[in-house]
Amino acid sequence: MSVSRYHCQLRQGAAERRAETHPLTWRLREDGAVLGLDEYVEKDGYAAVREVLTHQSPDDVVATMKEANVRGRGGAGFSAGMKWSLTMKGPGIPRGYLVCNADEMEPGTFKDRLLLEQQPHLLIEGMILGAYANHSYYGYIFLRGEYVEAARAITRALEEAREAGWLGHDIAGSGFDFDIALHTGAGRYICGEETALINSLEGQRANPRAKPPFPGQSGAWGKPTVVNNVETLCNAPSVMRHGAKWYQALSGELSDDGGTKLYGISGKVERPGLWELPIGIPGRELLERAGGLRDGRALKTWLPGGGSTGFLLPEHLDKPLDFDTIGELGSRLGTGLLTVVNEDQSVLALVRNLEQFFARESCGWCTPCRDGLPWVVKLLQALERGEGRRGDLEMLDKLADDLGPGKTFCAHAPGAAMPLASALRYFRDEFERGVAPPARAAQADPMPVGGA
Amino acid sequence: MATIHVDGQRYDVDGADNLLDACLSLGLDVPYFCWHPALGSVGACRQCAVKQYQDEDDTRGALVMACMTPAADGTRISIDDDEAREFRASVIEWLMINHPHDCPVCEEGGHCHLQDMTVMTGHDRRRYRFRKRTHRNQDLGPFIAHEMNRCITCYRCVRFYRDYAGGEDLGAFGANDNIYFGRHREGVLESPFAGNLTEVCPTGVFTDQTHSARYTRKWDLQFAPSLCHQCAVGCNISPGERYGELRRIENRYHGEVNRFFLCDRGRFGYGYVNRDDRPRRPEWRSDRDDACVTLEVDAALDRGADRLRSARRVIGIGSPRASLESNHQLRALVGNDAFSTGIAAAEQRCLAVMQALNHGCGLPTPTPREVERHDAVFILGEDLIASAARIGLAVRQAAQARRETLAAERDIPYWNDAAVRTLGQDRYHPVFIAYPTATDLDDVTAARFALAPDDIARLGFAVAHEIDDNAPAVAGLEPAMGEAARDIAARLLAAERPLVISGGSLGSEAILEAAGNVARAMARRARRGGLLLVRREANSTGLAMLGGEPLEWALDELASRRADAVVILENDLFQRLPAARIEAALDAAETVVVLDHQRTATWERAHLGLPAASFAEADGTLVSLEGRAQRFFQVFDPAYHRPETRIRESWRWLHALRADLLRHEVADIALDAVTRDCARACPALGAIVDAAPGADYRVHGLKLAREPHRYSGRTAMRAHLDVSEPRVPQDPDSPFTFSMEGYNGFDRPREEVAFAWAPGWNSPQAWNKFTDEVGGHLRAGDPGVRLLAPRPGAYAYATSIPEGFRGREDEWQVMMLPRLFGGDETSSRAAPILARATPATLVLATGDATRLGVSDGDRLVLASHTGSLTLPVRREATLPLGVVGVPAGLAPAPVAGEWARLAAARTEGPGEEGRP
Repeated sequence: MSVSRYHCQLRQGAAERRAETHPLTWRLREDGAVLGLDEYVEKDGYAAVREVLTHQSPDDVVATMKEANVRGRGGAGFSAGMKWSLTMKGPGIPRGYLVCNADEMEPGTFKDRLLLEQQPHLLIEGMILGAYANHSYYGYIFLRGEYVEAARAITRALEEAREAGWLGHDIAGSGFDFDIALHTGAGRYICGEETALINSLEGQRANPRAKPPFPGQSGAWGKPTVVNNVETLCNAPSVMRHGAKWYQALSGELSDDGGTKLYGISGKVERPGLWELPIGIPGRELLERAGGLRDGRALKTWLPGGGSTGFLLPEHLDKPLDFDTIGELGSRLGTGLLTVVNEDQSVLALVRNLEQFFARESCGWCTPCRDGLPWVVKLLQALERGEGRRGDLEMLDKLADDLGPGKTFCAHAPGAAMPLASALRYFRDEFERGVAPPARAAQADPMPVGGA
Repeated sequence: MATIHVDGQRYDVDGADNLLDACLSLGLDVPYFCWHPALGSVGACRQCAVKQYQDEDDTRGALVMACMTPAADGTRISIDDDEAREFRASVIEWLMINHPHDCPVCEEGGHCHLQDMTVMTGHDRRRYRFRKRTHRNQDLGPFIAHEMNRCITCYRCVRFYRDYAGGEDLGAFGANDNIYFGRHREGVLESPFAGNLTEVCPTGVFTDQTHSARYTRKWDLQFAPSLCHQCAVGCNISPGERYGELRRIENRYHGEVNRFFLCDRGRFGYGYVNRDDRPRRPEWRSDRDDACVTLEVDAALDRGADRLRSARRVIGIGSPRASLESNHQLRALVGNDAFSTGIAAAEQRCLAVMQALNHGCGLPTPTPREVERHDAVFILGEDLIASAARIGLAVRQAAQARRETLAAERDIPYWNDAAVRTLGQDRYHPVFIAYPTATDLDDVTAARFALAPDDIARLGFAVAHEIDDNAPAVAGLEPAMGEAARDIAARLLAAERPLVISGGSLGSEAILEAAGNVARAMARRARRGGLLLVRREANSTGLAMLGGEPLEWALDELASRRADAVVILENDLFQRLPAARIEAALDAAETVVVLDHQRTATWERAHLGLPAASFAEADGTLVSLEGRAQRFFQVFDPAYHRPETRIRESWRWLHALRADLLRHEVADIALDAVTRDCARACPALGAIVDAAPGADYRVHGLKLAREPHRYSGRTAMRAHLDVSEPRVPQDPDSPFTFSMEGYNGFDRPREEVAFAWAPGWNSPQAWNKFTDEVGGHLRAGDPGVRLLAPRPGAYAYATSIPEGFRGREDEWQVMMLPRLFGGDETSSRAAPILARATPATLVLATGDATRLGVSDGDRLVLASHTGSLTLPVRREATLPLGVVGVPAGLAPAPVAGEWARLAAARTEGPGEEGRP
């Protein structure tokens, strides 16, 4: 099975990837073909499940995950162990669901795809551990509909795992029952928001839900539900196999966040692709691994982790790529996949493109997002055509502010506001150039009516 | 209780509420759209943003949505904060981006929540300069007009329609700024509560099509506090009139009855008031075959009095759709021993059983609002959505309230609507329905039992026995029914507030007695619960309390010539008993006087017809099925715009006729005196004088205005008749003026509110200003007095348990099935109701249909000793074998319980057709 159809792939050779340092990718084959069950088991696969299900309690798993501080790799960076500890369990509480968020639709992001297409058993193993820790009754993999290749790989892997007794009744003789179903989405970005994902999974409109209550209290079908990103869950087996300290040590001095991160780069660089690196490496190293910018152009700006993160400047390239550092710069680590913009590219056009995407993908539930984003798009389009008017930039400033955190129902609009606000801050001149020169007053408003 | 601080002021509030609810209840204005007192909070529109501070020292604060934030003790917020104000202004600016700004041609204009909120937030400049998004509209049937371009996407419509009322055919489609609220394709909205969309929608997407046809702005309508006359629930309504026509009916908030919602029969069934063919002048024919002539009032009274005076004996036939005052006045005219209620004997026996049970079963009768707070419901022999729709909607809320209980266990506040529904899923409080056909509440039932009427009774008796051993056991009980009875009994006993609902719809006393036994058993064993009994017509309960002979007695008196004159009050006898019997009686009578506001078959047989006022032109008192006596007030004077009109309230006609008959001077009479008389004559009705304030009620020394203060055109609207404007009609009967002059405010509590308006609040949301708390009770108390209370005494069990139902070889037992649209005498005369009614069909078990060789749509002749009827068949798989369902509202109607023969119709013969 070839994956050479796209060039955004792992750029690390087998020699570099080792079990001790590359928990996510060390098993991957050089030819990029999917790892079957036999090969996975041969490479220490399902060892963590066997160990944990027979010798550890669910609370032990939560404690280890908490200690390892695996921060959510979907972009929010919330501690997975903490999330698991908040799931309601115990007498009188029904067993709920463990949902893997594989609806990877963040612009510029293609990391989960690698894991899903080439190593689905790692995810399944992670999900079994997560389900065990959270008393989950059933698991769902909510997969982006366009990931046809991944769907094929997962379907196959689920069959293999079921046949081998890793899923179903009494897993590995532990008495623990758990199974997983694959659910392919119908293509809405908002399904990446965990509560919208749950609604979509239930067959409802993919609108986010208000929190509290959190999914861990009342999620899918009102049952306690844990939603974790693919990469997050894929970290669980090695954490449980080698322990929290080992995991923490992977990033060494680079960052307080533990483990590795599947980083990547897209844009006009020599070798776009993915690298599994200790979390906290600086952006410059990543850019160097990608061979620098193509055609000798200079770097203008970059997005650290997808379309919903704020623009950063070349001077920020030396900062560690971890959740807190990037947050302090006014952006977000997001998915950790850099989008690189060179000096020839228009930030205005890029932002317009992004906002068009976010406006289209708004679920339409809350007013600022539903009606504010299309206004942003129309203002940006006017600026692009050189038909902007005086006050348009201030209106964009205001919209970016009004779409910010706390004012909208979910994080979709704040995510859309971040590139807008940062672009207006760093590249205001590009926007200003879109404002048409003022027409002569007499023509503009020959008969003022009711002016303030 | 909790103390919150709003803009530096301390307030004591109910800490269980959210901040928006709390602020509105305090009378503070916070704009909102997606929140609705009956629908809870979802946080979609972001309009109610306020600034919340952590503590006294927090000066920065953060924006929160008031509707999604608990009013917890110590909460500090600011509504006035600049950032909050600016954000709210932004929200309304976004909402208005695609709005067409078509207020001048929009039916919502003038009572539009969007207008009110736009003004409240100060949005008056448009900065969006790009193209608007547009939608296509749908034809949603005869009731509701659809204009999606006005939509501000608050999601209230679907939340009411689907989540609250259980409808399925209205949805949200699309995404981003292209959300569409409509049906998956054009067609009639199926929910019988669709009309509430016109009030739930904060703008003009869903508007009242019956109103559009003869449109008038709210401020130009004349209103009065009135009561829906289309069933026995007693919903409060605000009918609006212009140019002598009713233009619309709007919900009038009553904290214990209808609260925010009406059914579509009540809202859209008023067209009979406006019919062109209504009798407007007295009509006279000396002999039945003569052409009729119209008379002046005095001549009509004289001739009527002459004929009655010369009669040997005059009897009166009253009506359960007329007021207590009119019925009482008729009884005063003919004497106590010559008065019939106008109700057929079988129905009257059921009414008597119901009244006895309400007094004597040991359980109280809940108000419709209280119905919503019961946690187990057992319904025997009623299809509530068809027979008392508003009660059906309340039962749905009772079932769904389980979610709130479950949510409370997880500390999810009851108002967090989406979270409550998510947690609750399809877990409901147990509702059991025993009814032959499917009902619109089946989706929330724990179990439905499709049984023949006698078997419904047996199930009820068995449940009573399971609850209390002392209740008689059912002999020969089928094991399955025994098991069902045990389950129902256990669930009722496990409940904190169990409720038994039954009624007279199937015409079965046995079912009522069975329901009574369940209630008695609950009263004895559990000492808690309620019993609600459904009556058919607006004043059925009142007539049963007033008393009188059944209709058959009156017909016999006439046919056997023991009486030779009859006065018939607002009653089409042909709707009640077979035509032959009525014709025989009326043919025998020397004098037939009919008072009615409709040209009915009975009216056509009158020697003297007196044009009566409909509810819109009259005042009076009705008693609803919960035993609540309520007053309805005259909306307009019909003679103001049609001077030739001689319409009078029936009680006024009858008073004058009596005076003429006794050769007294006809003295003026006013409502209060008649009501007092009636109360004095019938001690059970003694409290009706307190049902509403008398005509001498004043606020600040003023009468109450029927017209909003912006009412326009008064001096011109009659100019085509007469250039000099007459004095406005005077109203001796009520505290209301036919004018904008008078008190119309909200600050002085009053229970009778003609129209809801408060400064800045022109839409129905203005009701929040009249209630003690949002969604609570009117500050002056909810209107009406309760007359039915359980009396202590020995609750003897009923013991006559019917045999199990057995079908016959070639006969089917007739069941009369109530219908919401088309099943009620007066609303069936309104064109929109006829357009909405589904075609009348005979309902037959699939097995029986197969035996007869007919399938859906085939025409079948039903023949019984009362006549024959030809209708298409509708098969229902779960209907018991051996019974046939006949839709109510057809004449000639077979009698419930009788046995009829069925045969496939040979030809499409006209003349046998059931009249809808």
